Amino acid sequence: MASVASLVRPELVCPAGTPAALRSAVDAGADCVYVGFRDETNARNFPGLNFNRKELAEGIAYAHERGAKVLVAINTFPRAGNPGIWHQAVADAARLKADAAILADIGLIEHAHRAHPDLRLHLSVQAAASNPDAIRFYAERFGVKRVVLPRVLTVQEIAAVNARIAPVETEVFVFGGLCVMAEGRCALSSYATGQSPNMNGVCSPAGEVRYTETAQGITSELGGFTINKFAHDEPAGYPTLCKGRFIAKDKASYLFEEPTSLNTLSMLPDLIKAGVTAFKIEGRQRGRAYVAAVVQAFRAGVDAVMAGKPLPDIDLDRITEGGKQTTGAYEKAWR
Amino acid sequence: MTPSTKLTLGPVLFNWKPETLRDFYFRMADESCVDTVHVGEVVCSKRTPFFEPFIPEVVERLTAAGKEVVLSSLALIMSDREIAQARDLAQAEGVLVEANDISVAALMQGRPFVAGPLLNIYNEGTLATLAAMGAVRVCLPAELSADAVAALAAATSMEAEVQAFGRLPLAISARCYAARARNLSKDGCQYVCADDPDGMAVETLDEVPFLAVNGTQTMSYHTMDLLGDVAGLAARGIRRFRLWPQTFDMVAVAGLFRAVLAGKAGMDEAEDRLAALCPGAEFANGYIHGRPGHLFIEAGD
Repeated sequence: MASVASLVRPELVCPAGTPAALRSAVDAGADCVYVGFRDETNARNFPGLNFNRKELAEGIAYAHERGAKVLVAINTFPRAGNPGIWHQAVADAARLKADAAILADIGLIEHAHRAHPDLRLHLSVQAAASNPDAIRFYAERFGVKRVVLPRVLTVQEIAAVNARIAPVETEVFVFGGLCVMAEGRCALSSYATGQSPNMNGVCSPAGEVRYTETAQGITSELGGFTINKFAHDEPAGYPTLCKGRFIAKDKASYLFEEPTSLNTLSMLPDLIKAGVTAFKIEGRQRGRAYVAAVVQAFRAGVDAVMAGKPLPDIDLDRITEGGKQTTGAYEKAWR
Repeated sequence: MTPSTKLTLGPVLFNWKPETLRDFYFRMADESCVDTVHVGEVVCSKRTPFFEPFIPEVVERLTAAGKEVVLSSLALIMSDREIAQARDLAQAEGVLVEANDISVAALMQGRPFVAGPLLNIYNEGTLATLAAMGAVRVCLPAELSADAVAALAAATSMEAEVQAFGRLPLAISARCYAARARNLSKDGCQYVCADDPDGMAVETLDEVPFLAVNGTQTMSYHTMDLLGDVAGLAARGIRRFRLWPQTFDMVAVAGLFRAVLAGKAGMDEAEDRLAALCPGAEFANGYIHGRPGHLFIEAGD
């Protein structure tokens, strides 16, 4: 087991859907904040969310004055015949001196590498680089410095990847919404609604959601498909497609995943020992109070591990989806 | 009429018994009109050892029958065993390899390969990079519209292929839902995915058919049917169509697509024939019309 002294202090990478959330995250102890532009170039293309160019410039200034970094997610896949807004997003991230761009599309990464050689590149989780050969490809061909790992690997597998890809850095999700499928390799949303994370930056889009009252309770639908049913006294959750209840083999169940959130606070020592460079918190669609609470909890957790102290006992139940939590694919039994 | 349009039989995505799979390929070699046949496990590396001993004779039979053989890679590569499989595959000689994970494309080190439908290929920039890496053919993702695939076909010298028949692969996961539906773990899965040779039907709580589960892969419940679209797509530069194998009579399905591409079958008659060949199937073609994938858009709508 590695001694505390030999551990590398991981960065805490925190979400910001608005300038206020960015300031909250920085104030709460984020080492990095990641943001997106207000269009379909990023995978949280939700109404009322994200940054225009002026807000990004101000956000970068706020973060840099306090020693924090700003990463810009441009992690959808440019449309055939129309890469203009994606190229512009990369150019603006470079011009405004973002600390890195987080990209998923091979063509866009090649463009960024060629046109903006000084812009640091991170590989988005949406590229789902799940093995050392894939990671080395992005690093050697395009100079990618850090890879956000897809949520398919166990902690042991992550440690093995890190041992083989140095000096390329890895970043893993530690908290928040949980993709059940390999990220960026899922078309379930467009199958039901016509809009997908890869093409439109949305999964299970709000415009396709409907709640219907019945005698038994509330039915949630997405694109006309029933995703779940709730009794009158149950809270009706958002119909994210892969967190719904379906019938297979004559049995109704949460076939893919329960409505649950990733929470790896208890695994921080293992993830740090696995050589992960950065811990990512999901939730650019979340409010500033949520962001601040999660960032503070993980700040305390990372600082405790690095000081060789026991993990603080922090209860994040009240802010997780349906109050349920999982350590997801990091433990093999999840599969 | 576009006589040069080719038909590809995609890899069998399901867990069929090795002898069944061998006999299926023998029949495709002997009786089908497809130009190209894909062989190899795409979905789950736990299945790979069972069919491996049969691959040489299958490849030989297909090749002797004049079919081009392509060996398809796994879609999700994580474990040491899967990495080793991918590296072995990339060294295959005398046969084309299909990369369904970017690591396989990289491992080809410039040798010719097919860029598979489970890579994320949405634009000209990505096509150009893959071509520079050695890709000679590209099977485009299912969720692209006709306008998108036509634009991509026009932008590349690679042969452009579009998925035209069968349950569509929509997602891949580390978790096995065939095992989970039976309260089993993936490690102790007992290979229950073999119980559903066309995938396990998934319905909504209102018993509306929606999806299908093939182990770690989630597929469409609906069977994609581009019979009414292939001629138009061929005219817009699509040079190949992929038929995903199911337990239907794939020799007859391929013959039907060939007849439609050759202008030798009326559309109403062809659709009736396909429905007869696929008992119980519900058809969809929404993606190619720029709509949700599960919809079926009638010609002229």
